[in-house]
Amino acid sequence: MEYLRDINEAKIEKRMELRRKFSRLMLIIPVVILALLILSAIFAPLLAPYSPTEIAMTERLQPPSFLKGGSPKHFLGTDSLGRDVFSRIIYGARISLSFSLIVIFITGTVGTILGIISGYFGGRLDSFIMRFTDVALSIPAILIAIILAVGLGPSFKTIVIASSILGWSGYARVIRGEAMRLREVDFVAQARIIGSSRMRIMIKHIFPNVINPLIIIATMMVGLMIIIEATLSYLGAGIPPPNPSWGAMVNDGRNYLETAWWISFFPGFCIGLVVLSCNYLGDWIRDKLDPRLRRL
Amino acid sequence: MADILLEGRNLTMLYPVRRGLFQGLIGMVRAVDNVSFSIERGKTLSLVGESGAGKTTTAKSVLLLERATSGSVYFEGKDIYQYNKDQLKREYRPRVQAVQQNPWSSMNPRMRVKDIVAEPLVVNAKQSKKENYDRVVELLDQVGLKAEHAEHFPHEFSGGQRQRIAVARALALNPSLVVLDEPVSALDVSIRAQIMNLLKDLQEAHNLSYLVIAHNLATVRYMSHGVAIMYLGQIVEYGDTEDLFENPLHPYTNALISASDLKLPEDRDQNEKEIILSGEMPSPLNPPTGCRFHTRCPEARPECSKIEPEMVTVGKHQVKCHKFV
Ligand SMILES: Nc1ncnc2c1ncn2[C@@H]1O[C@H](COP(=O)(O)OP(=O)(O)OP(=O)(O)O)[C@@H](O)[C@H]1O
Ligand SMILES: [Mg+2]
Repeated sequence: MEYLRDINEAKIEKRMELRRKFSRLMLIIPVVILALLILSAIFAPLLAPYSPTEIAMTERLQPPSFLKGGSPKHFLGTDSLGRDVFSRIIYGARISLSFSLIVIFITGTVGTILGIISGYFGGRLDSFIMRFTDVALSIPAILIAIILAVGLGPSFKTIVIASSILGWSGYARVIRGEAMRLREVDFVAQARIIGSSRMRIMIKHIFPNVINPLIIIATMMVGLMIIIEATLSYLGAGIPPPNPSWGAMVNDGRNYLETAWWISFFPGFCIGLVVLSCNYLGDWIRDKLDPRLRRL
Repeated sequence: MADILLEGRNLTMLYPVRRGLFQGLIGMVRAVDNVSFSIERGKTLSLVGESGAGKTTTAKSVLLLERATSGSVYFEGKDIYQYNKDQLKREYRPRVQAVQQNPWSSMNPRMRVKDIVAEPLVVNAKQSKKENYDRVVELLDQVGLKAEHAEHFPHEFSGGQRQRIAVARALALNPSLVVLDEPVSALDVSIRAQIMNLLKDLQEAHNLSYLVIAHNLATVRYMSHGVAIMYLGQIVEYGDTEDLFENPLHPYTNALISASDLKLPEDRDQNEKEIILSGEMPSPLNPPTGCRFHTRCPEARPECSKIEPEMVTVGKHQVKCHKFV
């Protein structure tokens, strides 16, 4: 029997090694995708073959170059105004990605800080912060965006402010629940016995243990933010029309879905890629940060 | 004159109890009711009692995790409840440390052992990283762990090893008193003795005082110099360990000793019956009148349900029972 066990262990070890290699490989894909998209956003002027806003009515609704009837001049075809879809996607990445990253960074930071303070201190401060959170959760972002657009004029900054002003509430809600739970855990009592300040407890003991839900929410928000940007811009609060963003492009192509599906499809595909890659990367970061899973 | 390190004087802890939709106040739980005790330097006092007796709450008032509603704690003769935040941080907190019952929840799972054990140093003593690390290694050695364990995370250890880490952390600041809340009850029976021996050795080496909380009388007898038996928030019997085990006075103490495996059946006298406590412990929200134990006491008399007995000194220890008034 002894030898049987040895064989099994060796086999299992081999399988584990394979699994580790596979999961490392699987990680490369989303990282490469995101890196390519971010790089192309940064270097858009160098990469894009055409201007993203230049209208060429003679070339309108051309299919992608790899399809029947496609022109080699336009890799991903053209839209209803003859603009090059590929170029617009590259430029669109700038707005879509920077908008989501900026808003997620702001809302995540504010929501986490408020959630930890609320959950850890409890009492009146908690009731106060949570009342704000409830209000923020109940106001539609679109309303704020339109009010701000009237006040500040439509711009990138307007929609960032509009989305951030309310967006922290979802984080605050969840993180507060976690912080309340953690406050009662023995290691927090131990930290107090040792003489740690509240600040230290919140930073060293609460924060590292709320990272999981934080990452989950943040990665879920990526796709949502791209779509919110599109909606807000569509309503006239954001970047004015000729400038491309992925969400806006999906919108533009809606009337041509049957005849020129590529107008909506390719930007939509990019949104999907980013959402999936971020989710995957988020899971990986979460596991990496958790010492209990790090070995796997 | 005994060298008293810490004294609890008339500690009382009331908790509000709220119920229902509007969280109306329906009463106050007397979790700890007028409890006084003292701990000598280098000695161990054990608090013993059933679940809900108020042992942990007493410990919390000593550790200042919660302040007692009334009464006070004296440390080296000074009333620490009068200290301000700054004095507490400088003069009290570092000298009174604790090991908690559950070694699985008493450590931040995201910190390495070296950071866990060094945390008291980082918070209190401003030293270099190197000095802290050297101290961590020294502490790990004292509790029977190796230097390389410092780099690991808590989940990589067994319960017994974790409890050793917890002990190392509690000793980091060279405290005078360590509160041990059921230090071995979460561990396998086979390793309890190891940890108890370790604690005893460390006590001798560093002249530590312990405030031990325990259910198990065998643990208590082995570890402590003094024992306080608690029932429903009150101390009902209090004295030196040997004296109290040899000559238990309170019916509740008798019942506890009888129910424990300290006495084997064949050691009992012919006419000595095993005393079995009947019924549940009453709710502390609504404690019985008179002597709190009378509802379960095999020797209850009529006055027991009416008049609360005073604490009286009998021989070398104190007891709160009408039999001795
Ligand atoms: N924060 C609180 N609010 C309300 N009641 C409490 C609170 N903490 C403790 N109590 C009550 O006080 C009583 C004493 O609790 P305590 O935890 O001190 O008992 P214990 O002797 O440590 O019991 P165990 O052996 O189960 O740990 C219990 O009835 C408990 O329900
Ligand atoms: Mg307890």
